Amino acid sequence: MQEKIKARIMDAAKIKRSLHRMTTEITERNRNLKNLVIIGIRTRGVFIGKRIARLIKSQEKISVPVGVLDITLYRDDFSELEAQHMVKKTEIDFSIKDKDVLLVDDVLFTGRTIRAAMDSLIDLGRPKSIQLLVLIDRGHRELPIRADYIGKHLPTSRKELVQVNLKEVDEKDEVLITEPAGLK
Amino acid sequence: MAFKHKHLISIKTLSVSDILTILETADSFLDISAREVKKVPILRGKTIINLFFEPSTRTRSSFELAAKRLSADISNFSKQTSSALKGETLKDTVLNLEAMKTDALIIRHSCAGAPHFISTFCQSHVINAGDGAHEHPTQALLDAFTIRQVKKKFENLKVVIVGDIIHSRVARSNIILLNKLGAHITLVGPPALLPREFADFGVAIENNLDRALEGADAIMMLRIQLERQQGNFFPSLREYRNLYSLSPARFRRAKRNAIIMHPGPINRGIEISADLADSVKSVILRQVENGVAVRMAVLYLLLGGKESETAD
Amino acid sequence: MKLLIKNGRVIDPSAGIDETLDILIDRKKIVDMKPRLNANDAHIIDASRLVVAPGFIDMHVHLRDPGQEDKETIKTGSKAAARGGFTSIACMPNTSPVNDNRGITEYIITEAKRNADVNVFPIASITRGSEGKELTDMADLVDAGVVAFSDDGRSIQNNLVMRRALEYSRQLDALIIDHCEDRSLADDGVMHEGYHSYSLGLKGIPSCAEEIMVARDVILAEKTGARIHLAHLSTSGSVALLRLARNKKIQVSAEATPHHLLLTDAAVESYDTNLKVNPPLRSRPDTESLIKAVKDGLIDVFATDHAPHTADEKAVEFDQAPFGINGLETAVSLILDRLVQKNIIPIQRCVEMFSTNPARLLKLKDKGQIRVGGDADLTILNLHKDVVVDKNTFESKSRNTPFQGWKLRGLPVMTIVGGKIVHST
Repeated sequence: MQEKIKARIMDAAKIKRSLHRMTTEITERNRNLKNLVIIGIRTRGVFIGKRIARLIKSQEKISVPVGVLDITLYRDDFSELEAQHMVKKTEIDFSIKDKDVLLVDDVLFTGRTIRAAMDSLIDLGRPKSIQLLVLIDRGHRELPIRADYIGKHLPTSRKELVQVNLKEVDEKDEVLITEPAGLK
Repeated sequence: MAFKHKHLISIKTLSVSDILTILETADSFLDISAREVKKVPILRGKTIINLFFEPSTRTRSSFELAAKRLSADISNFSKQTSSALKGETLKDTVLNLEAMKTDALIIRHSCAGAPHFISTFCQSHVINAGDGAHEHPTQALLDAFTIRQVKKKFENLKVVIVGDIIHSRVARSNIILLNKLGAHITLVGPPALLPREFADFGVAIENNLDRALEGADAIMMLRIQLERQQGNFFPSLREYRNLYSLSPARFRRAKRNAIIMHPGPINRGIEISADLADSVKSVILRQVENGVAVRMAVLYLLLGGKESETAD
Repeated sequence: MKLLIKNGRVIDPSAGIDETLDILIDRKKIVDMKPRLNANDAHIIDASRLVVAPGFIDMHVHLRDPGQEDKETIKTGSKAAARGGFTSIACMPNTSPVNDNRGITEYIITEAKRNADVNVFPIASITRGSEGKELTDMADLVDAGVVAFSDDGRSIQNNLVMRRALEYSRQLDALIIDHCEDRSLADDGVMHEGYHSYSLGLKGIPSCAEEIMVARDVILAEKTGARIHLAHLSTSGSVALLRLARNKKIQVSAEATPHHLLLTDAAVESYDTNLKVNPPLRSRPDTESLIKAVKDGLIDVFATDHAPHTADEKAVEFDQAPFGINGLETAVSLILDRLVQKNIIPIQRCVEMFSTNPARLLKLKDKGQIRVGGDADLTILNLHKDVVVDKNTFESKSRNTPFQGWKLRGLPVMTIVGGKIVHST
């Protein structure tokens, strides 16, 4: 499907500043950083999570473990994807029991992904608390879910697409609003 | 990539990419079986029936656990305690069960072609758990998964399959699957159990086990049904054991890190000597563990998506 | 009522006739046959561009009556025969009870006289109950109207019993028809033993199961001087043995069915039970061998082995389904399209194999020929008419045909038995 770029919302510099700001918020709110673990939702949530962990390390000199969560088996909505999503592995090689989990994703939209992620986490072990960090909150929630740390609020229309590009996989850091070509 | 099949009846219908998709998906499911909460909700609300016309404990419980770990509802139908004993035809049995709004039927039957037959008139997804001497697709898939775990690749791997080939659905499915993945297969057995025409399936034929084992990477021993002796397929169990049993001495002819496999249940001392069966080289128990993961992958790929998207 | 068939191409190989002639029929007999005939009081049938042949005879039909009337009856089977272009059929004795006595033979003849559209000739069993142990009262049965003997469905396994049967039948000059199958080699096979049976995991019936019995029959025919007819030949090995017998002038005749000529075991990949038949559909080299044997004159007769079964009986697992293919209403079109149209055999040979030879082998008086003073049994063919096989239009009770949907060129368009039109399109 051809996509047309409508607007460039954030560039590399803006993304960097957001991540720094959110890291400060995290360290302010979490007295006991040693009990914090970061779980990134595949795929881009993982890279953001790793960047946050690096920032915490350089600011507070504390190593926060980062895990990878695949939520395919907990989804309830296939409408956004093809008939079936390839199941990738969840890689969390530490216990989350009694930990403060920081769940990280790139875009918060309907909230269904986060609901699935929370169900999955609870099946993996009983965390003490779950906080949510997202780079972009684009509105249009269908469930009562909210993020604790937000990089940017971005009002969008339903048919627009928000694309987060990260240099780990996409050549450069930027956030774009796109639209499927041919749509009026 | 999407898995566009409605049924899993024969390995013949799967492409190499389908097979790799199943194996990769099974990887993730192996982790779930190792967790404390061995369940994910993906098939919640689906109804599956285990339709077993032949006795089985391991395959049936393997499928049952696979379905339950995916949160599906599964019910067991076995011939011993059923209306089939009262003479109900297979067609009527299936139509009656389908009337209860099933999503999938897992069928094991003594007649080759039975799953194909029911797929011509039923609405549910059909999964072949073994039809006569024809095929046992999930067994071959879990065998391939096990080989992949240890050997990492299939290309040019030397696989030796030993035993009652002519009556074996496990052998047939494995031959098709391993050939598709590029392995080199040698079949071994007494001539009456291994017709020469099997060479047309793209495999080597050998009646001498010692010769066949030279340089083998994986050795798959098949169960010998003790009644075959009455059909004069071989003169006696004693003779069979002398010629075709895997002993430690014979096993030394294979490659140093060769693995020993068996679909189970084993006739200890006839197909494999007892100490070999228990040795670390034997991946037989791993095959069982992998069986649940592979069957979870198959159920997920067939049922876990939008119904309208399947092609079969 | 008189019938005048005008302008047809009349082909009668027994008399060497192949020309355009008019035929006048009155009260069951042919009364005149000339290039131009007139008859004011006759019903006129325009047979221009059509072939008029002596009535076709199917010497291998299962009517299932008495005993299995849900599959077929003498009445429905005869209607199917008429629609298929046959004026006479010989019915096999594996009914329930087996036709091994005068009582059943007389029932069949009486029932056929009352309700059948075509001539029905009973074949009785060689042994009582077709058990293969004790001979039936053959002379009495011939007297009752039996035209041949066969344990079809089974085969006499004991060679001494077969020898005695041939010796005894010789004095009656009766034809013994053998379904050649060694039961121990066939075992419980369900399809041809070969690459496909191994691939499908179905038990196979090896070619040698038929060939060993063909060899036995040929040798015993030579020894006893009896006449023997090999039913539904299916393998190239059998053809080779038949050739050997012919070269030695042994009295062995043979038949081939359309399905054994035109279908192979590869088709069974679909597990379609309409392809389950005994002897089974064999490999491509076997069918090629059979077609060549038909061409060379080695095989005498086309027969259908019409084996009706109910839909329920065939809607089961392949292993469980009964053997048998429905054949009466497809045979002639199949041969016309696949052998005659394709110039493998000329139309004269086709007529010879459907009519002249069966009449000769069964010694049916006045059948298999068109002559003045003879019975008015005629089969009229349109060699150029296209037809699509549709089992839902069958007169037979059964629908078990593997030829559904086949597009064929050539159709029997009228069947006349004893001067009466019993079928017309």
